[in-house]
Amino acid sequence: MLIALKQRKPLQYLLLLVVFMLLYRFVPQSEANWLWRLPSLFKELPIIINDAVNYLMFEWMPISVYDPDIEEYEQKPLFGQITRGFSGVILFMIELVREILLGGVKTIVTFTSWDWVSENKWARWPALPWTVITGGMVILGYSLGRAKLALFILCAFTYIAVFGQWESSMKTLSFVLVSAPIAILLGLWLGVWAYRSKTVEAVMNPLLNVAQIMPHFAYLIPVMVFFGIGDHAGAIATIIFATPPMVRLTVLGLKKVPPEVAEAGLMAGCTDRQLLYRVLIPSARRDILIGVNQVIMQCLAMVVIASLIGAKGLGNDLLIALNQLRVGKALEIGVCIVLIALVLDRLSLAWANKQTDYFANLSFKEKHQYSLIFLVVFVVGIALAVLGSFIFKEGFNYLYLIPQNKGITTEAFWQWGVDWIWEAFFYSFKAFNVWFIVEVLIPIKNSFLGMPVVATFTLMMGIGFIVGGIRSALIVGGCLLFIALTEWWDRALITAYLMTIAVVISGTIGILVGTLAAQHPTSSRFILTVCDTFQTFPSFIYLIPVMMFFGVTDTSVLIAIVVYATIPAARYTIEGLRSVPQELHDAASMSGVNRFQRWLSVELPLSFPHMALGINQTVVFALSMVIIGALIGTDDLGQLILKSLSDKAGVGNGLVLGFCVAFIGLAVDQILRTWADQRKQALGLS
Amino acid sequence: MSLLKSTSVKTFIGACCLSLAVISASVAAKDSTKPIVIPIHNWSSQIVMAHVIGGIFESMGNNVEFVPADTQAVYESIRIGDVTISHEVWQSTFGKSFYNAMAKGGVIDAGTHAATTLEEMGVPNWVIEQNLCPGLPNWEALKEEACYKNFTTADSEGKGRWLEGPQSWHGDMMPIRLKALGLDEHWTVKFAGGADALWTELVSAKKEGRGTMVFNWTPNFTDAEGYTFIKFPEYTEGCRKEDGGDGKCGSPNGWLKKAANYKFPKTHPAAYTAFSKISFTTKQVGEMAALVDIEKMDHQDAAKKWLADNEKTWKAWTK
Repeated sequence: MLIALKQRKPLQYLLLLVVFMLLYRFVPQSEANWLWRLPSLFKELPIIINDAVNYLMFEWMPISVYDPDIEEYEQKPLFGQITRGFSGVILFMIELVREILLGGVKTIVTFTSWDWVSENKWARWPALPWTVITGGMVILGYSLGRAKLALFILCAFTYIAVFGQWESSMKTLSFVLVSAPIAILLGLWLGVWAYRSKTVEAVMNPLLNVAQIMPHFAYLIPVMVFFGIGDHAGAIATIIFATPPMVRLTVLGLKKVPPEVAEAGLMAGCTDRQLLYRVLIPSARRDILIGVNQVIMQCLAMVVIASLIGAKGLGNDLLIALNQLRVGKALEIGVCIVLIALVLDRLSLAWANKQTDYFANLSFKEKHQYSLIFLVVFVVGIALAVLGSFIFKEGFNYLYLIPQNKGITTEAFWQWGVDWIWEAFFYSFKAFNVWFIVEVLIPIKNSFLGMPVVATFTLMMGIGFIVGGIRSALIVGGCLLFIALTEWWDRALITAYLMTIAVVISGTIGILVGTLAAQHPTSSRFILTVCDTFQTFPSFIYLIPVMMFFGVTDTSVLIAIVVYATIPAARYTIEGLRSVPQELHDAASMSGVNRFQRWLSVELPLSFPHMALGINQTVVFALSMVIIGALIGTDDLGQLILKSLSDKAGVGNGLVLGFCVAFIGLAVDQILRTWADQRKQALGLS
Repeated sequence: MSLLKSTSVKTFIGACCLSLAVISASVAAKDSTKPIVIPIHNWSSQIVMAHVIGGIFESMGNNVEFVPADTQAVYESIRIGDVTISHEVWQSTFGKSFYNAMAKGGVIDAGTHAATTLEEMGVPNWVIEQNLCPGLPNWEALKEEACYKNFTTADSEGKGRWLEGPQSWHGDMMPIRLKALGLDEHWTVKFAGGADALWTELVSAKKEGRGTMVFNWTPNFTDAEGYTFIKFPEYTEGCRKEDGGDGKCGSPNGWLKKAANYKFPKTHPAAYTAFSKISFTTKQVGEMAALVDIEKMDHQDAAKKWLADNEKTWKAWTK
């Protein structure tokens, strides 16, 4: 009997389920019963953390800093001064890029002073005319990717200019042009480090998860205190959020490089450095480039949140438009964000794919043809701008800078669209919504909340044990224990209920769509573009119509989560299926399988590591939407995180709540990852 | 030798300090040229007012910078000095964050606007016109089945729903009030995630013609279409649960304050004086919002227009 149990996993799961059901049924519900709910021993933890952070922020190692404005010495803590120095560097870079694009005075101030600039009103850096920037980008696109890319960039930038979003878009662009490269380099460096050392990888993995899952609002105030408010703070929050996928994909890519390649490099006499930069990274290029794509997407996905801590540009405009319920306007702004994301992504891809021709013997003119064309564009653009200042006597010079919100707009059309959907579908939506809430959501929610703590632990640790032995069981248990000992276990159960439903729906849709799309290169390219679009298109925009149709309910929250969390499932499925070598397809076809059998027995197992990473990321994406859900209105952990912004012990509350969300993710990650590793081993893939 | 050196260094520093003191004495009355940082939130009157105040400062020769900020977190930034002022501190929604930051030190109260505000549960006027809750605005009307049955939603389990703002605004005040007034049998509170959710609910309820009870305030853009606030038992000092009362009371007529970083009076004495004098009336706040919400102007243009139209009003504050 026991031996049979040891060998048959389904039997083990069945037994676990029976135990779980018994516990669920027979543990009495009373607050005094520890099997029902654990006592909140960690109740003081937020306050302790709050005090510790406050101490670090405001008291530890004070140094005297002279403030010339009030002519007094002030005691300032060392740690804050260091972080402020760091943010000064980032802010300088952002301002520099921004002023090249839009003109301004900050860069000059950095080298002189506000006093000097105020006295010398001529000392202003002029903006580049929008025609010059567009022309420059088009030339860059042409030189890297030829006509198609150039045409796309031309359309994108013209759209931005014509719709009157030029200034905000350039502000956002300058912010992304600084944070994305930092995130990419940091991610690459961390990835290589993790690849070289098992210990580093083991330590880094949970940290990456925490960085990605931890809701941004949880660290909004600490970031604001340490780094100040402004574009730099937004950039730092963005970097924290955008780096993890880069690290992951770098590690994944490097691990997939066959040892023969590295050995060949060594035999050719590579130094360590050469081996890394000339052999390993180029061989792992495919995955590293997905990482770059992800960084760019995540950076632009953060634009709105970053605007809450001072990032200027499109994100802020979007929030303002939404507060006026101007869905059409918000949509146009959202499209600008997506276009910037796509342009940067395609440009970086084209740049990375460009082969250097070492043997070409070019003349000066050939070598510098693009610079020369740009010079022409530059001169013509400025001439046009000067000309414009004579034509447009009143108000704005459309040939120089298109003023904010003075372009054309399609707002009326979108408003009409929303009204039309309302007329046509509202009552069907409403009927569905009522059915879904009453028959599906409320029962599931109640069953989650009716779960005794001992049953939850048994179930989760049991799965951990069956999948990965005692080690996994302990890790899962540890994560859950932390949450159970805070006073927010019930809230966490509600978060878990939303996540479970969302991940099931997203995973199913994502794998299905991904599989279908991967059957043909064109369709997979199309779906990947759709993924890019929805990953960067701010969810806030479709939240307004969604809330209009489905109200302030959990249905709206789920729709928001599913739209976002389906992306990684689809993306990684496509990447996985498409990375199956053609020879294997041919070999399988030759042995007489049909298309479905080939998918089931060859492609699916081989693309499994990618897909598991996809589902893992689906969980991560879903959890990172907790805060968006809170912005609609939920009663889970997210709501409290939102509330912590105005709490007295807000920093501590926010961080502990953030960790609760992150630990849910870590527990799921532990199970999924161990299982995936085992499958890989069984398939001989690792 | 080393002694000599250190003495000369000391003399040098002393001379420097002295000259610095002389210079600063001569400029002490003048404002610093460093920019005054004004936060931008996401509603019309606040943004227009930010640009109006920025325009006033600029007319006095100051440099101004605008920075987008979260409405609750901004008080922490003012406290540290990254943001200089906040010019729309609503009593009921931001009072908590404002006083928390003030208690930690670094934020000062820079006076109150003439405008009085009301922040309360209420219904759009058409709800009353359609007689969805007979007896409103008196709160006792809420007890009747004829009323609460028109305010149920799919997830409210047969109770009428109060759509309250996020918990960061007033914590559990509304659930406590419901309970204290004995309304919790028939009503339940749902916390929305933000103001967007409230406005969406108003639009959606109007389209469908169903009853809706939403937390709102005045002056606000909803005033144009008409909004009726429910008359709860009058607010008296200390009537709320957290102040030791029984919680059976509505919201007070609230204040609209201005906040500033504690260094602002020292670094920009002239600008601070003007800022402390600035006092907008309810009508003026409404005008600024209307320029954007109704006349569809851009925020900055609206501010320019307001400054041009009301020069007399604001010039007086700068003197």
